Amino acid sequence: MAPGTSSFADFLSTEAPDLLPGRPKDRQSLPAGSAADLAPHGTTIVAATFDGGVVMAGDRRATMGNVIAQRDIQKVFPADEFSAVGIAGAAGLAVEMVRLFQTELEHYEKIEGTTLSLDGKANRLAALIRGNLGMAMQGLAVVPLFAGFDLDKGLGRIFSYDVTGGRYEETSFHSVGSGSMFARGALKKLYRDGLDEGGAVEAVVQALYDAADDDSATGGPDLTRRIFPVVHILTAAGGRRLPDGDVAAVADRVVAGRMTRPDGPHAELEGGR
Amino acid sequence: MSTPFYVSPEQLMKDRADFARKGISRGRSVVAVQYAEGILFASENPSAALHKVSEIYDRIAFAAVGRYNEFENLRIAGVRLADMRGYAYDRRDVTGRGLANAYAQTLGTIFSSGGEKPYEVEIFVGEIGDSAEDDQLYRLTYDGQVADEHGYAVMGGAADVVGGYLKEHYTAGLDLEGALAVAVAALGHTESDDRVIPVEDLEVAVLDRTRSQPRKFLRLVPARLGPLLGERGTPTHAPDDLNEADHADADRADADADNEPPIAP
Repeated sequence: MAPGTSSFADFLSTEAPDLLPGRPKDRQSLPAGSAADLAPHGTTIVAATFDGGVVMAGDRRATMGNVIAQRDIQKVFPADEFSAVGIAGAAGLAVEMVRLFQTELEHYEKIEGTTLSLDGKANRLAALIRGNLGMAMQGLAVVPLFAGFDLDKGLGRIFSYDVTGGRYEETSFHSVGSGSMFARGALKKLYRDGLDEGGAVEAVVQALYDAADDDSATGGPDLTRRIFPVVHILTAAGGRRLPDGDVAAVADRVVAGRMTRPDGPHAELEGGR
Repeated sequence: MSTPFYVSPEQLMKDRADFARKGISRGRSVVAVQYAEGILFASENPSAALHKVSEIYDRIAFAAVGRYNEFENLRIAGVRLADMRGYAYDRRDVTGRGLANAYAQTLGTIFSSGGEKPYEVEIFVGEIGDSAEDDQLYRLTYDGQVADEHGYAVMGGAADVVGGYLKEHYTAGLDLEGALAVAVAALGHTESDDRVIPVEDLEVAVLDRTRSQPRKFLRLVPARLGPLLGERGTPTHAPDDLNEADHADADRADADADNEPPIAP
């Protein structure tokens, strides 16, 4: 009953530290060696800003070594009303960390009666990742991508992280996970300033297609099972998950385009050639 | 060394209860009204920052009267308990009954322990279910007693008068406008006359099961309250002696106002 912290993670670390992800009661008892192949890993997350918001999308595949562990895993989650977090890395730990992060933001909001600033949220997530460094060194790294609408500045922003909790703000677009280099390459050519919401959604779905094209751990649109990327859109009106039907329509269009041009839309060279 | 006076346990408990009751009766009332879509909490609270009604969890709300620092303590403990349980198990495993029991134990222990002064608070814990029949409203008193309320409940200063008004005018199955109108009218009701409370002095929040979000708690801000209440006549502020937190304490003839922490108005 003593006055204390507004942070749920700090509260847990004193009251029930064993509930924190990646922090077993006896830290010393973790066996040495890599645990990377023991748990499913999530793969590619992309995010891109547009006029009036930001969009985040993730493919649906989780892999364990060369095996596809799950075809329809969800890797992009709402963090609170105006932000979303996408996760790459050890799926079990990452999902647990997202749950902790969601509770952390909601807890602060309820205790303080106000929401954290977007930078404050981004910093809290960095602290949570830093707490997982021990597990990361055993191959169970969690690398999220965080995006949200900054109500003070009136624009969508993207933050990336490294396993030590380093926090880096990205401009325009970013991608994390095993297919990220292909997705980022695609976005480099597809992204332009002044995109609208629909354009940004199409750009990230195209980027995920390119990631799946070249990275075996990233899942492309599953046309037979009708499994499509999870897309979250964050604007001044709040965050929402784009309904599956809408994503399916975009994905079908992207796939139809690839039937004639398998490498996707082509970017112009200097001089319009 | 002198021998301490003997005080019988009955007298001790009675004194403590009187002390707590006196503290509670100095604040304004809080009303909880069940309506078709959930539970509405209303209070006259000129402060927009120091809330008497708050969110605890998805479907659970908290309302309190009495000493602000004490019920704020209880509120934060409740949020922590709920968030920890929801995180350790699942969001659906956080229940109003569990929270009410935890509060009852805390308040009961403090009341009967000799070392601490009893909390001068009374609280509501409201929880909504999928239909009006599943809604729960608990009322907890300073000594840890729990009562399961139905329809409406009142606590705080003029609880008898306000409760009397609600007993006459409350009907089950009201819509939001109806529930708000009867709750606000009850708050403005005194034995001598009926006062129209200005919209900006009202603190109103609902647990509304029709909200699409998992978190069903919603504060109704003045901009929303005005149209909902409609035309009510000329609003009058509460008499000055009760308007300010400090004044409520200054009102007490029997207490040293300078040493008292402020009580919520």
